[in-house]
Amino acid sequence: MSVLVYTESENGKLKKAAYEVASFAKGIADLMGTSVTAVTINAENVDELKTYGVEKVLKVSHDKLSKFNADAYAEVITQASKKEEAKVVVVSQSTNAKYLAPLLSVNLDAGYASNVVALPKLEDGFVVERTAFTNKAFNMTSISTDVKVLGLSNNAFGLKENEVSLSEEEFSPELTDDNFKINVESVDKNKDKVSIADAEVVVSAGRGMKGPENWGMIEELADVLGAATACSKPVSDMGWRSHGEHVGQTGKPVASNLYIAIGISGAIQHLAGISASKNKVVINTDPEAPFFKAADYGIVGDAFEVVPQLIEKLKEFKANNS
Amino acid sequence: MKILVCISHVPDTTSKINFTENDTKFDTTGVQYVINPNDEFGLTRAMWFKEKQGASVDVVTVGGKDTEPTIRKALAIGADTAHRIDTEPLDGFQVAKELAKVAKDGEYDLIIAGRESIDYNGGMVPGMLAKLIGANFINTCVSLEIDGETATAVREIDGGKETLKSSLPLVIGGQKGLVEESDLKIPNMRGIMMARKKPLNVVEPLSAETQTEAKSFRKPEPKGEVTLVDADNLDKLIDLLHNEAKAI
Repeated sequence: MSVLVYTESENGKLKKAAYEVASFAKGIADLMGTSVTAVTINAENVDELKTYGVEKVLKVSHDKLSKFNADAYAEVITQASKKEEAKVVVVSQSTNAKYLAPLLSVNLDAGYASNVVALPKLEDGFVVERTAFTNKAFNMTSISTDVKVLGLSNNAFGLKENEVSLSEEEFSPELTDDNFKINVESVDKNKDKVSIADAEVVVSAGRGMKGPENWGMIEELADVLGAATACSKPVSDMGWRSHGEHVGQTGKPVASNLYIAIGISGAIQHLAGISASKNKVVINTDPEAPFFKAADYGIVGDAFEVVPQLIEKLKEFKANNS
Repeated sequence: MKILVCISHVPDTTSKINFTENDTKFDTTGVQYVINPNDEFGLTRAMWFKEKQGASVDVVTVGGKDTEPTIRKALAIGADTAHRIDTEPLDGFQVAKELAKVAKDGEYDLIIAGRESIDYNGGMVPGMLAKLIGANFINTCVSLEIDGETATAVREIDGGKETLKSSLPLVIGGQKGLVEESDLKIPNMRGIMMARKKPLNVVEPLSAETQTEAKSFRKPEPKGEVTLVDADNLDKLIDLLHNEAKAI
C-alpha cells in the first residue's frame, strides 16, 4: 500500500506542479501511515522529488511516450498503481492530467474527485474538499471506492519540503497498439512564453483596451513580469485575442500568485474563473466596476496612462532587485 | 454519420449560488437552467455536421422531468431525437454509465460532450464514457472535422494547441472554439414548434452505482476591502506587491 503520484515533466524536466502534487501526496501518506511513490514518464533527473517526501520513483522511459497520449499515459499510471497497490493516486489539474484522470479512474475502478484543494479528512470515510460552481463554492465530496483518484488544483496546496531518502527504479509498463489509437499530428506551442496554467503572474486585459492594436503594452507588461497574457470573454469573442487566452467560467481557470486585470469590469463569470488567484490587482477607469470588490489592490485610472508608467517603474524595480 | 450530443442541465452562468438543507443541497430558488455552455458549443458543431454532411443528431441528458425544457431547447436548435434517462444525476461515474448504455445501443460514430459542466466542474463524464464504451477520446477539443472514418481534431494544451487524428467512434470533451460564440443559435418559432413534435424518449435508468457523493457545500469567505492606490503613486503599488503580497 502506498500513495502514488504522477509527477509530470516537460522535455525531460519535472514541472513545478510535480513538486506540488508530490507535497500533497506526502501529506496524504502521513495521514494514512504510508509512503509516497512517484511515477515519471521520460523525466531525466528525478532526484529533487526526495525534497518533497517521495521515497520511491518508478521511472518510465519509452520512445512512444515522447508525445503526450492520454490513453497510454493513463495505462502507465494504472500499471504503476497496481504494482504499488496504491490506495490513493494523485494527479495535477494540468490540461493533460485532466484529460487522463477519468480514463485512469475507469481503469482502476476508482472514484475520482477533481479540483481538490485540501488534504482529505479520514475520520468518516474519505472526504475531500473541492471547488464547484467555478469557484463560487466549495464542496465536500466523499469517495467510497477502495482506490481513489484525486486531482489537485494548481497552487492550492503549495510546495512543502519534507526531505526523505529516495530510491529509483526503472519501470517498463506493457503497452499495446490499442493505447496509441490517437495520433498527434502537430503541436503548436509557444516555447518562449509561459502558459496561463504554469504562470506565477498573469496579466489580463479586457474591452477597456479598445482594440487589439493596443495589446503591445499588455505584452510588454507581461514580459517585464515573466507573466502569461490572458483576456476577458468579450475580447476573445470579438477575435481581438485567441480563445486560448480567455479566462473565466467558460474559459480557463486562473490560480496564479498574481493576477493583474486591466480594463476588465469584472463580470461574475470572469471573477469566478480567476478567484483562486492569490493576489488580484485591478486597473480600471470606472471606480464602480465590480472588479474593485473582488480585488486586493486597485488603481482607478486610464490603462493607457497607467500601464506604460507601470512598465517603466517595474523595469526599474527589477533592475534594482535582481 | 450518427452523432450523440450529451447535454447537462445547469444553472445559468449569472446564477447566484446558494445552498439549503444545512448546506447539503443546491438552492434552486429563482435559478434559470440552461444547456451547459460547453455542451452548447458541441451541439452547434453537431448542427454544422447535420447541415453540411447529412449527419443525424440525437441529444441525451440524465435527469428528471424538470430537465425537459432544456433538452427541448436542443431539439428546437435542430437535434432530431432526444433521450432523457430518467434518474437524478448523482456523480460523474453514474452519469457516464447511464450515458454509456444509450451510446452503445445507438451505435453512434461521434459522441460530443462538454469538457465539464459549469455546476460541479467534475470534468470526468466524457473520458469515463469513452473508456466505458471502448471509444477514442479527445478532451478540450476546440476544432473538429470528420472525413469518412477519420476525425481531425485540435485540442487545447497548456500554452498552445495540438492537432490529432483519430478513427471513429470518438468521444470528445468540447468547449468554445468548436464554434464561435456568435454561431450559437437561439431557437426560432419554427424550431420551437417543430421541437414539440420531435421524439423525446424517456429511457429507463440502469440504476448505476455511484463512486462519490457530494456531502456538503460552503461559500468562499467574504473578500476584504480593496486597497486603492493613487494612479500617480505606482511606487506604492510596487511596494505593496513586493513587501505585502510578496507577489513580485
